[in-house]
Amino acid sequence: MADFEIKDLRASVEGRQILKGVSLSIAKGEVHAVMGPNGSGKSTLSHTLMGHPGYTVDGGEVLFKGQNVLALEPDERARLGMFLAFQYPVVVPGISMANFLRTALNSKRGYDGKDKSKQVTPKEFRSMLKGELEVLHMDDSFLPRYINDGFSGGEKKRAEILQMAMLKPEIAILDETDSGLDIDSIKFVAEAVNRMRGPELGILIITHYTRVLEFIKPDFVHVLVDGQFVLSGGAEVADRLEKTGYSEWGKEETAQPQEVA
Amino acid sequence: MATVPKVEVGTDYKEKYGFFVPEEYVFKAKRGLNPDIVKEISWMKQEPEWMTKMRLRSLEIFRKKPMPTWGADLSVIDFENIFYYLKASDKQSKTWEELPPDIKATYDRLGVPEAERKFLAGVSAQYESEVVYHSLQEELTKKGVIFTDTDSALRDHPDLFKQYFGTVIPPADNKFSALNTAVWSGGSFIYVPKGVRVEIPLQAYFRINAENMGQFERTLIICDEGSFVHYIEGCTAPIYTTDSLHSAVVEIIVKKDARCRYTTIQNWSTNVFNLVTKRAMAYADATMEWVDGNLGSQITMKYPSVYLMEPGAKGDVLSVAFAGKGQHQDAGGKMIHVAPNTTSTITSKSISKGGGRTSYRGHIKIYPGANNCKSFVKCDALLLDDESRSDTYPYNDVDAENVTLGHEATVSKVSDEQLFYLMSRGIPRGEAETMIVNGFIEPFTKELPLEYAVELNRLIQLEMEGSVG
Repeated sequence: MADFEIKDLRASVEGRQILKGVSLSIAKGEVHAVMGPNGSGKSTLSHTLMGHPGYTVDGGEVLFKGQNVLALEPDERARLGMFLAFQYPVVVPGISMANFLRTALNSKRGYDGKDKSKQVTPKEFRSMLKGELEVLHMDDSFLPRYINDGFSGGEKKRAEILQMAMLKPEIAILDETDSGLDIDSIKFVAEAVNRMRGPELGILIITHYTRVLEFIKPDFVHVLVDGQFVLSGGAEVADRLEKTGYSEWGKEETAQPQEVA
Repeated sequence: MATVPKVEVGTDYKEKYGFFVPEEYVFKAKRGLNPDIVKEISWMKQEPEWMTKMRLRSLEIFRKKPMPTWGADLSVIDFENIFYYLKASDKQSKTWEELPPDIKATYDRLGVPEAERKFLAGVSAQYESEVVYHSLQEELTKKGVIFTDTDSALRDHPDLFKQYFGTVIPPADNKFSALNTAVWSGGSFIYVPKGVRVEIPLQAYFRINAENMGQFERTLIICDEGSFVHYIEGCTAPIYTTDSLHSAVVEIIVKKDARCRYTTIQNWSTNVFNLVTKRAMAYADATMEWVDGNLGSQITMKYPSVYLMEPGAKGDVLSVAFAGKGQHQDAGGKMIHVAPNTTSTITSKSISKGGGRTSYRGHIKIYPGANNCKSFVKCDALLLDDESRSDTYPYNDVDAENVTLGHEATVSKVSDEQLFYLMSRGIPRGEAETMIVNGFIEPFTKELPLEYAVELNRLIQLEMEGSVG
């Protein structure tokens, strides 16, 4: 049974329709990959699902825990159990990662500054962090740094996965988490994501390239072209794209990253 | 007495700072300003004749000087409707218990005695016109540190007082320094002897309680050679329907190799006009640092300045202004390079919300012969909505050679991307906005002692909640 259901989602940016009816059902425990060439609507999909104000929903619904999340604010979606790992994590100066993580965790638990029993204790916070930092090959020195400020590409993506691990979502959208990463970083990130896989988590990986799927094996792969799914299947779809790229759909792009230093 | 707030800053300010206690005063001068009132103040204080004369002369200067029109709109101030002198207690106390119960309750509620126990070396508490409580750690007294109210200093240290009073900011400097010199009362007097370092901050707390009150404290700080002191002032007042005036003068002398840091957390209620002149003179290799936070008041006009008098002197201004609905924070700094090889920086951060207005007004002056000076000014403004406003008025006069002068200014809005990012982690919009604002002023907050940093972040939170809508 689907725990997270996207039904005929249509969305536009600055008056231009990008998503032209996307439907997808995710059950917890499953890993879905959405693959597509540049301009196919991948980031519109991730941003619309999380409720970015720059994206307008033109139709459809997204059902999660009996609610149409499209009517909710981004923070409400997060507290309901959704998470988006950003392709381009945002810099917020003056706020430490530790403060950010603690505030997010408290919000997730419904702590509003009043009921202290809901507040994460320093001890609990430290012990949660410790384990996750090790898996991601990160150390404490990153905690006093400002949110994503001066982070390398690899550090940013690891920090995203760290947040995911701390917040324990039920539906996680990983938006181009592999882009801009060297192979070691991809492995650390994949290891952390794989550790979280399980019956309580549904994952939607959004990617241009097949490489990340070698490390995080998807159960289902959907190909997005011009705002619509043109092909859905199992992991074999990724293998097919690996060979032929997006040429079947008239897009001269490969699905393999160019080997750059 | 009416207590309906004129400007809505939210109920939180009212509860925590904006309360008032009934007026039971030992002495309350008549409303208005004239030579008789000035003579009466001086007589009450049993001052020497030179001070009475100086007050009367300053009153004339105040009368003659036109109202400044280059900054915020001050035309609404009715000088004849103000009480210029109010004495709430007939003596100064050395313990909180000795204070009249109302006044003690006020400071308890504001948390001042608690702060003193935890992290201060000395405390001065001014209630209306007079300092009602005073303390200094014995160890510092033994080292020759003087920390007292300015009235007592005139009485107990007349020579030291007369040598410096009015030398950094003469009465004729501006209309409000003239007014202050005419009717001044209270304030802090600090003398730190040669080589003595006061490692724990000294704090003064200024409280206006009565309606239509004018508070005119006068502070004089002398850091002798090689010494150090960190002085912190905080200010609050109740919310009344009519306006109060706070017009202080702060003079600081920082001698060779000495360092003085002066930190202000100004949180007046939004019916107070806050018109303050603050200036320091820094001598050879001395450092003067103004850390100036302005959150409250209806109008603030304040430009802490440093006169860099001898080579190697260094001046810093680090300021934050928050203007909510109905507020205008016209703040900045002045650096006057009189000697060569002197350096200065001004860092100004301003936040405007709910139609509030912030202005940065700065002046860098480098005199002929003051070669090889360096000065850097950075102003960042954050606008929280479209009705709010921020302006920058930088003035530079450079008449020397080989000078490095830098100026950077940015105006930004709370970005949708930052908000979305924080909210996508479950943090509600209001809290996310507060986080972004606190992050924006973090370069300021990190210069404060921890307790004040925490308090400032909380005040920002109140401001953010209070002016919603």
